[in-house]
Amino acid sequence: MTDGPDDKEKSAKGGWLRRLREGLSRSTGVLTESIGSIFTKRRLDNEALDELEEVLIRADLGVRVAGRIRAAVAKGRFDREISAEEIREALAQELAVILAPVAQPLDPDGAGATSPRVILFVGVNGAGKTTTIGKLARLLAGQGKRVMIAAGDTFRAAAVEQLQVWGERAGVPVVTGKVGADAAGLAFEALERARAEGFAVLLIDTAGRLQNKEGLMSELAKIRRVLAKLDPAAPHETLLVLDATTGQNALSQVEVFGEIAKVTGLVMTKLDGTARGGVLVAIAERFGLPIRMIGVGEGVEDLQDFDALAFARALAGSAARSEA
Amino acid sequence: MFESLSDRLGDVFARLRKRGALTDSDVVEALREVRVALLEADVALPVVKDFINTVKEEAVGQEVIRSVSPGQMVIKIVNDALIAKLGGEGAVEIDLNAAPPVPILMVGLQGSGKTTSTAKIALRLTQKDRKKVLMASLDVRRPAAQEQLRVLGEMAGIATLPVVEGQMPVEIARRALNAARLQGFDVVMLDTAGRMHVDEALMAEVVAVRDAVGPVETLLVADSLTGQDAVNVAQQFHERIGLTGIVLTRVDGDGRGGAALSMRAITGVPIKLMGTGEKIDALEPFHPERIAGRILGMGDIVSLVEKAAETVDRQEAEKLAAKVAKGNFDLDDLAQQLKQMRKMGGMQGVLSMLPGVAKIKDQIAKANIDEKVIKRQEAIISSMTREERRNPKIIAAKRKVRIAKGSGTSVQDVNRLLKQHQQMADMMKRMGKLGQKGMMRGGFPFGGGGGGMGGGGRGGGGFPGLR
Repeated sequence: MTDGPDDKEKSAKGGWLRRLREGLSRSTGVLTESIGSIFTKRRLDNEALDELEEVLIRADLGVRVAGRIRAAVAKGRFDREISAEEIREALAQELAVILAPVAQPLDPDGAGATSPRVILFVGVNGAGKTTTIGKLARLLAGQGKRVMIAAGDTFRAAAVEQLQVWGERAGVPVVTGKVGADAAGLAFEALERARAEGFAVLLIDTAGRLQNKEGLMSELAKIRRVLAKLDPAAPHETLLVLDATTGQNALSQVEVFGEIAKVTGLVMTKLDGTARGGVLVAIAERFGLPIRMIGVGEGVEDLQDFDALAFARALAGSAARSEA
Repeated sequence: MFESLSDRLGDVFARLRKRGALTDSDVVEALREVRVALLEADVALPVVKDFINTVKEEAVGQEVIRSVSPGQMVIKIVNDALIAKLGGEGAVEIDLNAAPPVPILMVGLQGSGKTTSTAKIALRLTQKDRKKVLMASLDVRRPAAQEQLRVLGEMAGIATLPVVEGQMPVEIARRALNAARLQGFDVVMLDTAGRMHVDEALMAEVVAVRDAVGPVETLLVADSLTGQDAVNVAQQFHERIGLTGIVLTRVDGDGRGGAALSMRAITGVPIKLMGTGEKIDALEPFHPERIAGRILGMGDIVSLVEKAAETVDRQEAEKLAAKVAKGNFDLDDLAQQLKQMRKMGGMQGVLSMLPGVAKIKDQIAKANIDEKVIKRQEAIISSMTREERRNPKIIAAKRKVRIAKGSGTSVQDVNRLLKQHQQMADMMKRMGKLGQKGMMRGGFPFGGGGGGMGGGGRGGGGFPGLR
């Protein structure tokens, strides 16, 4: 944690893929194994493609997208003898085609000289908003940026205290309100303060909410409206935090949060389990929203930029070869 | 967003007009659609395959009953099989059959809703089973997790074990059990830190806690929005720790809940409870029929009826029935109805449970039912004098202005409410005359809330079969 930025840079180069791979390896283990066993010295016939499609469905890509990728992989290869390695690479390439356009890392700068960059975090309960903010605050503070946090989850018990602990760890001030206080009012106050005191980045937490609760969703619209009164461009970024274990409902989350909270980017958390996060492919295909960060572990350094090809290869199980 | 299975099967069987037994090819074609529906509902693939095979065996050769279409017949077979797989009809309760204090261990992934569920279950055991419950948080990892449980306990009036800084989970669990024994608690709820099922060290930790306290119930708290990974999570938690039940959370979301089927099928452990909202009392017994309907996209009519039955106060309903029989339904009664409606989660809450609503969801969203309408109408009524509520006829222009001012609404709003009340009163008078055939005994006429929805499709009646 106390590494200087230079050391970090160095270790990150070697460490990033390794870490991602470690995070994803448990999930891809299954995937690789199944693809490996399907395609060692085998004709790419319908039965083989059925199995490939099933592997994709099991990674949460969804029925429709799995079917599309199946077709793309089959194109020009159907009925040919094909090795496991070839099929992995072909699959990775097809996935990367969909994912590459959305791999756009978070830009913590880019706000005006007089105003901080305002980043609003939204998502369903338990997705990992508060933890992501805590980690991001620490990362940005480590880069020497002046960061402020607004503890906008005024609903969940002890959510504020949770952020205060993160704030202390990062040496970052946390603006808080009373339990049950108006989150929009708190966001406004925080932005006012951040401007007056010359902060570079303001991270705003919100209470988790299910996207079918209209009343709660309109609260998010209100937070946006209130922030825009101080800075018409704020929030400069609205990140939807998605849990990797979530299935096809993630599509509904992106759709509704996207519409009401005007989401500009995605964060996927908890990729260190066996969940594969394949729904990101379906989301990328349908909504084209930038994927800003992924979480592959509990450590601060496990919050990383999203790299399409690495993710695609990790999903397809060919990362080991590509890095070697 | 999802096309319901009945629509899909309707297409499949549109070509088939013939009657008689379901043939192999009918069934295979229909089950292809069922497979897609289940996968879209996030049922895990191995579970889907197994399920489809079972259903196929059952369905082939079955006579199609005269009055139903082959599609409906298949849906019925699928629905029945789903309910059976989800655990048959009826709910399995929390097992408290041991010498007190009975330890209950809560486990699950990060963010699945363990702490909230812990407090909800504690409240339920306190209120419904009259148990004295102690809660303890063993989460020493997430910042402020112990504080969260303490606050929830305070809100719900449930005792929590005082936090001792620096203690490890096994020590806390032992201390909780001791404290419970000494202070005469019936149940000890142990809330653990969220952990990945592949995190060896943390899984070993929870096993150590289990061995230290010997829980009577070990409940896996799992998100109903979980995708294909549900099988891995449930299986590994079950293998390592030995589960006795599952608590399904966020059932009030718009997910299709296929994870429930996956987890139940893979572990054989019953789903005992489900979380249905952010409020601390939003916890219900698990009803396989409801989740089956939702997985298939068939609405949740049973839930609606049950919820209505629970929320509508029996005595109030009887009083109302008596009044209606006499033909005097006054504004106090209307206020009562509005309150009940609000308790059921407002207009959207009620509508979201009706079958077929998925299809018109967009329209509903566009119609923009204002949940505040109900509150506003309650405000209008409470701005009236007692006399006015008993006898709305005396509300003339001046009074209307006063009422509008008092409730922060407009005279038009007041007029609208009075007109609605008049219509309802007329309707009830007519129904009262029809004889008290039980139709209205449950109360709850639907006319309240959102303007255009009055009487929504049910002839303005109450719910049949309420009591």
